[in-house]
Amino acid sequence: MELLVASAIGLLTAVGIYLMLRLRTFPVILGLTFLSYAVNVFIFAAGRLAVNQPPIIAKGATYADPLPQALVLTAIVISFGMTAVIVIMSLGGYLESGHDKVDMDGKP
Amino acid sequence: MSLALIAALPFLGALLPGLTIRLGRNACALATGLVTATALLLLAFHAPAVLRGEVVQTRIDWLPSLGLNANFFLDGLGLLFAGLILGIGLLIILYARFYLAARDPMGQFYTYLLLFQGAMVGIVLSDNILLLLIFWELTSLSSFLLIGYWKHLPEGRQGARMALAVTGGGGLAMIAGMLILGNIVGSYDLTVILQNKALIQASPLYIPALILILLGAFTKSAQFPFHFWLPHAMAAPTPVSAYLHSATMVKAGLFLMARMWPVLAGTPEWFWIVATTGLVTMVLAAKIALFKDDLKALLAFSTVSHLGLITMLLGFGTKAAATVAVFHIINHATFKAALFMVAGIVDHEAHTRDLKRLGGLRVLMPITFTIALLASLSMAGIPPLNGFLSKELMLEEAAHAVWLTPWAMGLLATIGALFSVAYSFRFLAHGFLGPVRKDYPHKPHDPGFGLWAAPAFLASLVVLIGLVPMLTASWLVNAAASAVTGEAVAVKITHWHGLEAPALWMSLAAIGGGLALLGLHPRLMAIWNASPRPDAKRIFDALIEPLAAAARDLTATLHNGSLTRAIAIATLAIAAASAYAFATGTHLPGDRALLPLSTVPVIVWAILMIAALATVVLHRDRVVALLLTGIVGLVISIGFAWFSAPDLALTQITVEVVTILLMLLALNFLPKTTPVESTAPRRARDAAIAGIAGLGIGGLALALMTRAPAFDPISHFHLAQSKPGAGGTNAVNTIIVDFRGYDTYGEIIVLGIAALVIFALSEALLRSPTVSARLRAIGSGTNDAGDRHPMMLAIAARVLLPLAMMVGVYLYLRGHNLPGGGFVAGLVFAIAYLTQYLASGYVWSHRRQRYDHHILIGGGVLVASLAGVGAWVMGLPFLTSGYDYVTLWPLETFELATAAIFDLGVFLCVLGAVMLSLASLSRMALRAGEKVNPDAFDIDPSREVR
Repeated sequence: MELLVASAIGLLTAVGIYLMLRLRTFPVILGLTFLSYAVNVFIFAAGRLAVNQPPIIAKGATYADPLPQALVLTAIVISFGMTAVIVIMSLGGYLESGHDKVDMDGKP
Repeated sequence: MSLALIAALPFLGALLPGLTIRLGRNACALATGLVTATALLLLAFHAPAVLRGEVVQTRIDWLPSLGLNANFFLDGLGLLFAGLILGIGLLIILYARFYLAARDPMGQFYTYLLLFQGAMVGIVLSDNILLLLIFWELTSLSSFLLIGYWKHLPEGRQGARMALAVTGGGGLAMIAGMLILGNIVGSYDLTVILQNKALIQASPLYIPALILILLGAFTKSAQFPFHFWLPHAMAAPTPVSAYLHSATMVKAGLFLMARMWPVLAGTPEWFWIVATTGLVTMVLAAKIALFKDDLKALLAFSTVSHLGLITMLLGFGTKAAATVAVFHIINHATFKAALFMVAGIVDHEAHTRDLKRLGGLRVLMPITFTIALLASLSMAGIPPLNGFLSKELMLEEAAHAVWLTPWAMGLLATIGALFSVAYSFRFLAHGFLGPVRKDYPHKPHDPGFGLWAAPAFLASLVVLIGLVPMLTASWLVNAAASAVTGEAVAVKITHWHGLEAPALWMSLAAIGGGLALLGLHPRLMAIWNASPRPDAKRIFDALIEPLAAAARDLTATLHNGSLTRAIAIATLAIAAASAYAFATGTHLPGDRALLPLSTVPVIVWAILMIAALATVVLHRDRVVALLLTGIVGLVISIGFAWFSAPDLALTQITVEVVTILLMLLALNFLPKTTPVESTAPRRARDAAIAGIAGLGIGGLALALMTRAPAFDPISHFHLAQSKPGAGGTNAVNTIIVDFRGYDTYGEIIVLGIAALVIFALSEALLRSPTVSARLRAIGSGTNDAGDRHPMMLAIAARVLLPLAMMVGVYLYLRGHNLPGGGFVAGLVFAIAYLTQYLASGYVWSHRRQRYDHHILIGGGVLVASLAGVGAWVMGLPFLTSGYDYVTLWPLETFELATAAIFDLGVFLCVLGAVMLSLASLSRMALRAGEKVNPDAFDIDPSREVR
């Protein structure tokens, strides 16, 4: 099972980086979303995988590590805020300049 | 606590001027003055103990294991300097109130002044040298603001930049020196360092540390060859010059040398470097001062000269010389601040500071003349004023110092004093004496009381200290000098040292020679003007310009505006560093037992992989790519649920919905397809880079998961304490709202700020005519659905609203014990509202909403803060939570925790932030020409078939 999660993290990263290397804003935003997925799952996986052991305290139970979960939970919400800011920035760039390229032509 | 408070007060008070300026200039000055006066009062409260020889300390530990703390201490030297900084600061605040013109922004001025004052007080009270360094750099930064206060003047801007470059650069050197010193001693506490003279001076690193620290002190105190910045800083308003160059900024370097005196002084290296620099500076600057026509320039070089004098005294390394240095610091502060203020008054009244255009002011400005007379006679060292006392003592020390030959030091010091007499008399003679002229730019007369009160007070000190030094100053000199030298000092200051004292004859020679020089001045001036002189500013600019050009070129090369290039380089660099680390480390295969594979996860995994790959293949069709991204997000939430993270699954799925909605909204205004722009080789290159990154991260994840944690996870504590400590059984939620509540508190604030940024950006965009035109063009080009607000969707959304809200409330309430909580509840509420937006349009829904999104964000942060502050009220640290069990018929016994209040804040903030982000985008649609519908559901009227 670990192999499935690891390969998924790897592919999500690769897709994220590939899309971020595209030349238009929208694929870059999608790439960033993929990279956020990858990072979130990676941090979550750092708590090691466990099935049917939610960190809800009960008698005689064993638990998955709750700390990475708590960190990832807030990270997911913060990624939303970050994505939203980048979306409005790319929108502004497009509406101001008339194109949505991410690279400047020539020197700044 | 109170020492830290003295340093913090000016910083806190820096907020007041900006607010009180709305009540007028008097209120602004009064508020600023009150801040400084309060700090001075707090200081005075400690004075008796310090004068008894005690050292007052305040210790605030931050990371004691790393030697990081905010420790403050107050001894005689600190008392002297803090008293000067705050006392003269108070006078400057009074003076500036009447000096600044109506068009000068006074609130800004006082804010900068208080920031600077706080930084200065911080330097002189710091016990930790790292803390001292921070305050040191803060003085450079805040003095930059003060010197460049008149931003419209190029000289002001250039002077400020030069001062920052020189003093900031010296500060960097000093950081290195201080770190070496801290390393030698093994502590960053000054009180510890000052005990370790033998250890420091025996260290092979003593010389590098000494040179680096002196670089900092010399640049700050404008010692040769770094003296050139000070005259250029005269472009500042006169109150700033009076403050920075009499009592504060330039004295910081002297303070540091005095502070470090017990451990750094006493070696030949110290004597040669410090005494020589001081001597050269004193003589050279005094000579230049004689040939300056601008009153402020004359005073500036005179300041440099006197700083040299004090530096030289400290350089001698003897107890007596150090005591004289301390005494002269007091005297110089009094007469020089008064003289700067006089120069400002003359400038204010006559509209010129040029000695060639002045003269005769004695008759026109009798009060100002009296002040100028006393202060400049003191500067010249004429008895019985205070400048005479310390200059006489200085000459005595110089006469006994052996530098090259037994007499060279005495001779040069006398020459310095001689120039000093000459320029002081010139200040008086050419500015105030002589006949009244008819061609002043503005008819001068004495200013109002407000402007001359401060210099008059200082002039009275000049006289008092001069007449009765043992009564007025010796106690302070004793306390400060004892602190500098580390031994008890009992100074004896007299006017008459006897005929056999060399100082008497040196003094007489200086006065006679000075008067002779003044007589010869016109002829000397002609020679001076004819002889070539290095222009410090031109040399400085010639040195700086290539550096700036190189920095510009480097930036342009590294950052050429290509985001993709930067990402590619960064990715490859990280990959290369990781590969290096991997190749040079040792590896064992992971031995942790793996979870067995089963069918359902493999199917879900396959969906994820296919969706992710399909996103890449189909990414040119943006709507499809977005939908595929949504599928990936949903699969991840299934994964979280499978791997025992129900809270994450809930959050992921709700955030996914909101994110996709947001991007769909944005996609409305963006092109729907991505053109093919990159070549096939470039795509192959990008795929290779992405592949390397993916393999690396995937491999790392696998390596991590197949090993047991290297350290015992700290979450055992959280699991064990979740119920007894935080009162909840959901360990993830108790971590979020209780154990690590402070993190969460920061996070919701960040989220709120992000939403406000989006709001502000969209406001700015909507204000731009280009954007509006483009939005309208996009709007007219789209082909809307005829059935734009379908009845079924609207009714379903209406029915769903209360149900969804009930779910949200339920999730919030149970969050402490079962999966749920404020984050998820906020997102569920947001989705419930957004459904209304979807069904009936933005305007229709927005009109029915009673609360502003901003209020939700602000209210959320406020509620969370109240939950935190509530703990303070109970005498506990910020955000400590408590809980209890309540029985309320007919309900079962349930638990009430203060963390629930905090979670409510989280809920409100998340709801507000999500709604504000999407609403900001929706407002763009209106500009794009979306028609407003009066009813909850309708058909586009233009498309209606009759």
